[in-house]
Amino acid sequence: MEYQWNFAPIFAHSDALLVGALGTLRIFVVCLLLGLSLGLLVGLARYSTRRLLTWPAAAFVEFFRNTPVLVQIIWFFFALPILVPFEISPMTAAVLGISLNSAAFSAEIFRGGIQSIEPGQWEAGRAIGMSYAQIMRRIILPQAIRRMLPALTNRGIEIFKMSTLASVVAYVELLHQGRLIASLNFNPIETYTVIAVAFFLFLYPLVRATYVLERRLGRSD
Amino acid sequence: MNGNPDMRALLRVGGLEKRFGENAVLRGIDLEVTAGDRIAIIGASGSGKSTLLRCLNFMELPTAGRIELDGVAVGSERRRGDGSIERVYAEAELTRLRRRIGMVFQQFNLFPHMTAIGNVMEGLRTVLRRPAAEARARALVELTRVGLADKAEEYPARLSGGQKQRVAIARALALDPEILLFDEPTSSLDPELVGEVLAVIRSLAEEGRTMLLVTHELGFAYHFASRVLFLADGVIHEQGSPEEVLKHPREARTQAFLARHRAFSF
Repeated sequence: MEYQWNFAPIFAHSDALLVGALGTLRIFVVCLLLGLSLGLLVGLARYSTRRLLTWPAAAFVEFFRNTPVLVQIIWFFFALPILVPFEISPMTAAVLGISLNSAAFSAEIFRGGIQSIEPGQWEAGRAIGMSYAQIMRRIILPQAIRRMLPALTNRGIEIFKMSTLASVVAYVELLHQGRLIASLNFNPIETYTVIAVAFFLFLYPLVRATYVLERRLGRSD
Repeated sequence: MNGNPDMRALLRVGGLEKRFGENAVLRGIDLEVTAGDRIAIIGASGSGKSTLLRCLNFMELPTAGRIELDGVAVGSERRRGDGSIERVYAEAELTRLRRRIGMVFQQFNLFPHMTAIGNVMEGLRTVLRRPAAEARARALVELTRVGLADKAEEYPARLSGGQKQRVAIARALALDPEILLFDEPTSSLDPELVGEVLAVIRSLAEEGRTMLLVTHELGFAYHFASRVLFLADGVIHEQGSPEEVLKHPREARTQAFLARHRAFSF
């Protein structure tokens, strides 16, 4: 017997899918910004020569790299509210889990990228009287980020896909909406196919765009 | 006594020592530099000549000794637990001081993500906080001085080694340094590109700038320098006019060093 594909019931719920897509985009953008900027700070601390900075940064990286994001999200949603006197929304719990995990991974990318810049660049900056912060901002990071772009792109893709984990605490995103539609219409095959394709259609153009960015940044080399 | 006796020393170095772990690279350097001096520092590799230069703008922190710029000692004294005295250097003070002492590196160290003029403008914009238009105009003056005004918008990757080094010189000049340090500026250049860089350095000498140059180009040192220092084992082994040191060295080690560099002609 051949399976009869029928997508009609899903498109009847396109408004629900749209709400899910917006939820996915929202958590992606927030986690991307938070994860990468926190990652940069932690990476700088890891690169520093001051033990007071490197040690906590290393502990942070190791802790969040070696615990599953899913466990973190569940912990932030179910355990943390018992310890603190305020409510944790599904969005907050998911953002915390995904951002902290991404920060840990991207911190290592930032540290590696910064370390890959020749010491002569630091010397040239110092020789014209630039401070550490000025050299980092004007000389080192612009070159390092260019080299890190492929790795940071991968991080971005990971963050986008990790957003589905937020469904576990009933945050409204694509997978959450898909599960809803599938259980209403008893059509998991079509629904989850649509969800998978939707993710691809989101991510692929994004990845293409970063290729273009990489090429444009590479012009001076 | 070196230099002009009526002029106060622009740079005075006393008892300068630098150790890397157990390795004593500089073992007591005394030096006075007067405005307008052109000092060539020569010596075998490992003699400490680059380290001496790098201590003068504090790219390396001296292990002992003191350095005065324009009569003001850099750093401050601190008594150690055992009662002995050491000098400590605040990074902010060194950062300010480095604006006044330009440095040109063997490997150029241009900023590859900036155009030639961007490299020259960087110190003016970021360190001296000059407005963009003013910084650009000034940078163009310096690029013109080194003969590269037409390369202003090129990225370093598209410049030859000699052109890169001339941009690096312009970058140092843009901050109006009182002293210029050259650390083997032609050592990583193809032979046919050495001349254009030396020509720029010679033109700076003619402007009366105060310069110290570490070099293996003994022929150039002879014509360029007002004074030549021969370093060996971390001390100034012999010094004097180019005529004295390069043509009539008194010390056996200087003679042996020069004998190994017979390939130069005056």
